[in-house]
Amino acid sequence: MNEIAAGAQAEPFVMLKTPQMPSALAVTRLMLARDLKLASRKASQLVQPLAFFAMVTTLFPLAVTPQLSQLRHIAPGVVWAAALLSSLLALEFLFRDDSQDGTLEQFALSGRSLTGLLAAKTAAHWLLTGLPLALMAPLAGVALGVPEAALPGLLASVTVGTVTLSLIGAVGAALTLGVRRAGALLSLLTLPLAIPVLIFGAHATQLAIAGRPYGAPLTLLAALAVFGITLSPLAAAAAVRINLE
Amino acid sequence: MAWTWFHRLASPPYIYRTAGRLTPWFAWPAALLIVAGLIGGLYLSPPDYQQGDGYRILYVHAPSAWLSLMVYTIMAVAGGIGLIWRMKVAHAVAASCAPIGASFTLATLITGSLWGKPMWGTYWQWDPRLTSELILFFLYLGYMGLRAAFDDVQRADRISAVLAVVGVINVPIIHYSVVWWNSLHQGPSVMYLGKPTMPPSMLVPLLMMFLGFTLFFGAVLMMRLRGEVLLRERTATWVREVVGT
Repeated sequence: MNEIAAGAQAEPFVMLKTPQMPSALAVTRLMLARDLKLASRKASQLVQPLAFFAMVTTLFPLAVTPQLSQLRHIAPGVVWAAALLSSLLALEFLFRDDSQDGTLEQFALSGRSLTGLLAAKTAAHWLLTGLPLALMAPLAGVALGVPEAALPGLLASVTVGTVTLSLIGAVGAALTLGVRRAGALLSLLTLPLAIPVLIFGAHATQLAIAGRPYGAPLTLLAALAVFGITLSPLAAAAAVRINLE
Repeated sequence: MAWTWFHRLASPPYIYRTAGRLTPWFAWPAALLIVAGLIGGLYLSPPDYQQGDGYRILYVHAPSAWLSLMVYTIMAVAGGIGLIWRMKVAHAVAASCAPIGASFTLATLITGSLWGKPMWGTYWQWDPRLTSELILFFLYLGYMGLRAAFDDVQRADRISAVLAVVGVINVPIIHYSVVWWNSLHQGPSVMYLGKPTMPPSMLVPLLMMFLGFTLFFGAVLMMRLRGEVLLRERTATWVREVVGT
């Protein structure tokens, strides 16, 4: 299940023989495979945020109006706010199990760059929560009266935006690793940082619905994602190290 | 030898004494400048040709807004210094900054919405500056919440320092995304401080208020820092001598 951690535990001196260390790419692949396999055994954890996303989107037609022509106007906001909230829900099990059974400690002691390991973990988290959410978004869009021509734009913006949401969430989850019942605190920490994603994502969706080019906000979303990929694993690794001390 | 002043900064009793000695040097000029600035701003300066007397809240609002941002920056820099050089006093400075900065942010929001009622006809407008100030307030709340979530002071210090650094990198991104968001939705609101030339009778009291508020922050910071140092060193013998128990 866990070749990196097991190797470091059994034979700490393996670290010295640098030629035998797996390459960073191989470690990333191992980490992705491990996290995907672990998640496949707890499928309900993956389904719950998606069900939550669908549930929140259902609340708006019930609360506001069932008329698609009116729902279309609030659709970008509804989809994005729901995506933000359900990505928050999914954060809870990003590091929790690994920190409880000590795997995270082994990662920190493995001699590999913790930043790289956490980046791989965040990538796995996005594959498991962000990507399914992005695939669900057009469905929610159709239900809210988004025209078919706008669905690619909605899919693209949520796909790119959830990358940044996962990265911001990884920092938040790492910061609150040692806090019990961190739910409300986690949302207070991550939601303000996620506001630019919400603004550009919802704007791209609005433009797509209006039938106008949405390249500009989509590019800004991608820029945020690149910025997050560069810096957020560093911050997450720093926070994990402090929490493990 | 030239660096002894720097090393002395790491000594809590030295900081306690120095902060106590510095407090009046901040407090008295602050009191004089604020009183003079208020007299100048509220009585001597002429009413604005457009806003009448309503603009006078500017003399409290603008310095608060400036400090709300400056205090966050100081907090992040102090946190960064504490992380890098493991300087406990820097963490004490960061911890003392947070409630002061949050208070200035709240003061900015309240004075801003009081000004908005006669000018915009509503207490709250989703104006970019008001909105990003509100988000800044949430950032302060998150920082204080994270700090309070840990019992271990040292862990709270270092974890919240990571958050402050992450936050200070994000503040400009959030600010500009909010500005961009609103400029897309509606035309520019009433320009605040928009007139390029202010008559000296308005400008001089405003500058006095800026300087006065900044010095006032210095005084409050020194007082809070003393309390923070006493709290953290409560088991040390020098504290018992100072407190006299």
